[in-house]
Order: sequence, then C-alpha cells, then structure tokens
Amino acid sequence: MAPTVHIGAAAGFAGDRTDAGGPVAEALARCDGPRFLIYETLAERTLALSQLERRGDPARGYNPRLEQFVGPVLARCLAANVRIVGNFGAANPRGAAERILALALAQGLAPRVAVVEGDDLRGVLTPRQLAARETDGAVLAGASEIIAANAYLGAGPIAQALDRGADVVVTGRVADSALALGPLVHALRWRADDWDRLAAGTLAGHLLECGAQVTGGYFADPPHKFVPGMAGIGYPIAEVEAAGAIVITKPPGTGGRVDRFTVTEQILYEIHDPAAYLAPDVVLDLTAVEVLELGSDRVRVTGARGKPAPPTLKATVCIDGGLLGEAEISYAGPNAAARARLAAETVAERMRIRAPGLKLRIDAIGLASVLGDDAGAFARRSNASSEDVRLRFAAQSADRAAVERLLDEVEALYCAGPAGGAGVRRHITPRLASASCLIEREFVQPTVTVFGSEA
Amino acid sequence: MTLRTVKLFEIANARSGDKGNRLNIALVCRDPAHYPALARQVTAEAVAAAFAHRKPSRVVRYDLPRLSAFNFVLDDALEGGVNASLGLDGHGKSLSFLLLDLPVQVE
Repeated sequence: MAPTVHIGAAAGFAGDRTDAGGPVAEALARCDGPRFLIYETLAERTLALSQLERRGDPARGYNPRLEQFVGPVLARCLAANVRIVGNFGAANPRGAAERILALALAQGLAPRVAVVEGDDLRGVLTPRQLAARETDGAVLAGASEIIAANAYLGAGPIAQALDRGADVVVTGRVADSALALGPLVHALRWRADDWDRLAAGTLAGHLLECGAQVTGGYFADPPHKFVPGMAGIGYPIAEVEAAGAIVITKPPGTGGRVDRFTVTEQILYEIHDPAAYLAPDVVLDLTAVEVLELGSDRVRVTGARGKPAPPTLKATVCIDGGLLGEAEISYAGPNAAARARLAAETVAERMRIRAPGLKLRIDAIGLASVLGDDAGAFARRSNASSEDVRLRFAAQSADRAAVERLLDEVEALYCAGPAGGAGVRRHITPRLASASCLIEREFVQPTVTVFGSEA
Repeated sequence: MTLRTVKLFEIANARSGDKGNRLNIALVCRDPAHYPALARQVTAEAVAAAFAHRKPSRVVRYDLPRLSAFNFVLDDALEGGVNASLGLDGHGKSLSFLLLDLPVQVE
C-alpha cells in the first residue's frame, strides 16, 4: 500500500514569520513515510522586486530572508529526511542554492540542492511578443523594457529534482500549488493524465500555500470568530493519501485552529470559477469538494476533480510603473473631522493649479480609508465620525516633480493649513505595473540542475 | 415563524482574495440551515449594489452548496489592484467586511 505523504508549509509569503517552520519541521521529523517542508514566498510582484535587487547585486535576487527561513530547520530536516521545496529562489535560484550550500557547510552538512529554472521568459520572448499575449488589459502595450517575465512552472521539474535525490529544491516562479504537487507526483508516482489525483494534489497545495491562512490566520474576528494562541499559530501540515484524500492539520502544541470554517475559507481563497481553477498541470474543479471535521484540529478534504491541463501557461510580467507618492497629516480632538476635511479641500484646490492632471486620492484614516474608492464617493456617504483623523494623500506618476509637489503641499499644511495639523510623514516609492500573459508551452523549457554531494 | 434581521457577520464568515484588479469574496454560512435564505438575498445584484462605488464591471456569484458557501467575483473592483491602486488596500483584503455589513433576514 502506498504511504501517506506529509507536507508541511513553513511560509505563505515573502514576509511571513521566519520561525514558523520549526514546529512544522519537528512534527514532520516524527512522522513516517515521505515528508516535505515547503516555502511559498513569491507573490505576484515579489519576483520583479527581486529582479531589481539582482540588478543592484548580481549575487542576490533570491528571498532576502532565505537564511532566516531555512537556517534553523536545515539540520533537523536533513537528519530526518524531510525534504525542502521552496520558490525562494525568486530571480536567482542558483544564488539561493549557493547560499543554502554555504549555510549547510557552515553547519557541517552536505545536502544535494537542486535548482529548477526555465521560468524566466525575458530572453525567450520580446516585449512586443509578451504584449501580444497579455490577457485582460494593455499594460504592456508599447513597453520597451521588461523588469520580470516569468511563466508559472508546474510540478514536473520539482518531481524530477526529487527523483534525482535532491534534499532541497530551489525554484523561481512555479505555480504555488506545484510546491506540494511536485512532491506528491514524486512520492506517489501519479501519472501526468491522472486528472483527479493531480487535482487533489493541487488542492492540497492550494490549502498549504498561504501558510497560517488555513490554520486560523486571516480568520479571527472576535467576538464572532475566535482563534486561540495567535502569537504561536501552528502552520499547516497536509497528509495526502495515494487516492487523493487530504487531511489538514497542524503541529501539536501550537496555536491556531483547524476546522471546517478555516479550511472552507481557504479552499475559496483567490478562486474565481470554482469549477475551473487553472493550474499548469490540471484544471481543478472544487464544486464537489467536501470537508469533514475529524476533531482535534484535523479536517478531511475530499472530492477534488480534475480536467485536462490548459494548453497554455500563465506568466506574470512586470514593467516600471512610475512613482507612488504618499503623505499624511493628523488632526485630533474636538472638530477633528471638519479640520481634516478643510485640509483635504485646501490641498486638492492647490494641486488643481500646481499639478493639473495628476490624479489624487485622499483618505481620512479613522473615518474611511480602505473600503472606499479613489473618487471619494464611499467616504461622502459614510456617517463615521472620529476625534482622531489621519489624512492620507496619494498620487502616482512617472513625473517625480509632480509627485514631489503633492508631498510639499501636504507638508505646507503645518503653517498654512487648518489648526492643529500634526505629524507629517512623506515618502516616494517606485512602483511596478504588472500584467498576466498566456504563453504557449513550447516557449517554456524547465531544467533541473543538482548541486552538492553526489548520492 | 418569525424573521429577524441580522448583519451577515453575525451568521457568516467571509474572506477576500485578489488577482490583479479582480476581487473575490468567499461567504461561508456558519449554520448550513441559513444557506437557502442567503442564496435568496445575497444575490450578485445585492453585492454589486453594496460595491457600486468601486464600479465593478461584472459581479458573478458561484454557489457551493456542499460547502454552504458562495464565491463572489467582482471584476475591476480594486481601483487597479495591488500594483496600480492609489489606496492603502490594493489587495482588497478589508473588503470582506463591506460584504459582511449587509443586513439579511433569517428565521
């Protein structure tokens, strides 16, 4: 009988808790059968930021927290044969592999580290060819310089790296769910056209890929939804059977909760048509999925169905997006909202003269700052009141002088604005514009290279 | 039987997610018995009205009766999304609570 495969998740995004992997690695080390620890650290624009970092220093461009993520668990994982798979290679998987090998050497360890490449499309397709493949928009029209263009690879190269004995697999852009499906294809020998099993593995990956979001993170809403021990929330472990049934749980003794509510919210996270969730290896149909609470933070998930993989692969392409300028100022105490409103009108009026054409957004933090819209319709309708309002002004442009003008106008409120304006902060950050493209598979040729000691 | 008016957050859970300029919100009944009432009242049209200021170009509701859940997909509702929005919440992570503030009638 095929063994149950255990896959733990140690990170759900680049900025995730770096100490989350410890309890997961420890729990995995105590299990039998094939075991894997995965790291998902590449949101849509993270790779482009890494590409910019690599321009500054060719040795970098992988996840800047790589050492903090992997260092504390590497020895325990290698000793217990828990194999690590992460997309923390970002824009420089080879650089990440070298760093991991150096980290291992310093600890007296000698792992086999595999690098998955072939996601980078910049040398493969021109900006014009990428623009022709853009879906839902025209961000790339006329773009001359691409910062990052990466196809989402599937499970195949990850499974191949594990087949070749890798203790650690470093990737750049892969489908988040492939971080789990790759190990499952390797351990359970699932065929490339076994759509229902590939769908189950994709669902397991989907449930793991955001880390704590399935174990009580992004969930608590007291007094309606309680999560115990949030400061020490346990990151998830999926137990996947050869037939595709999944149990989601978390390490013993950790905080958080795993029940049908935490799992159901995550099943539908970032899903559009639940009958057709597109992944590189399969189209996942969630409409027959059922969740069953087994008690003590264990939930069984069954019913994933698969349809043949889509003919194309998705790619995310990033180009320069100009500059975002933001400035804030506070008004507090009696009549704060009226003074904030006057300040907003004052800046808006001056900007109409000083930088006409620059689109401005103004939020009143404490009254309405995130649920609203750029035009302020929601805020005008809101009857919220507050005696502590922080006004926030934002504008975006390729023209730095125009953006600076907005920040200057906000700062000038100190002396020339309403009474009691306080605590101006201002900053300008570079932006990226991103587009989704569909790429014919012949343009994407994944490769696997294994470094380190030979088995 | 008497009907009472409640806010959705009293009887249901919700979670926002994004892809580019597209928002999805999963709405999950805490008590599966509420599913039919929510199916009648929390329509795509009702959600489009609640999010009218975001000017979604399309709102679709997908029903998942086996999960006692609905998935709402709002196209072009994120003011450009995480890379283009001037707002603080380009991901739309807070927007599940705009949905949860809707009143519904249940037994």
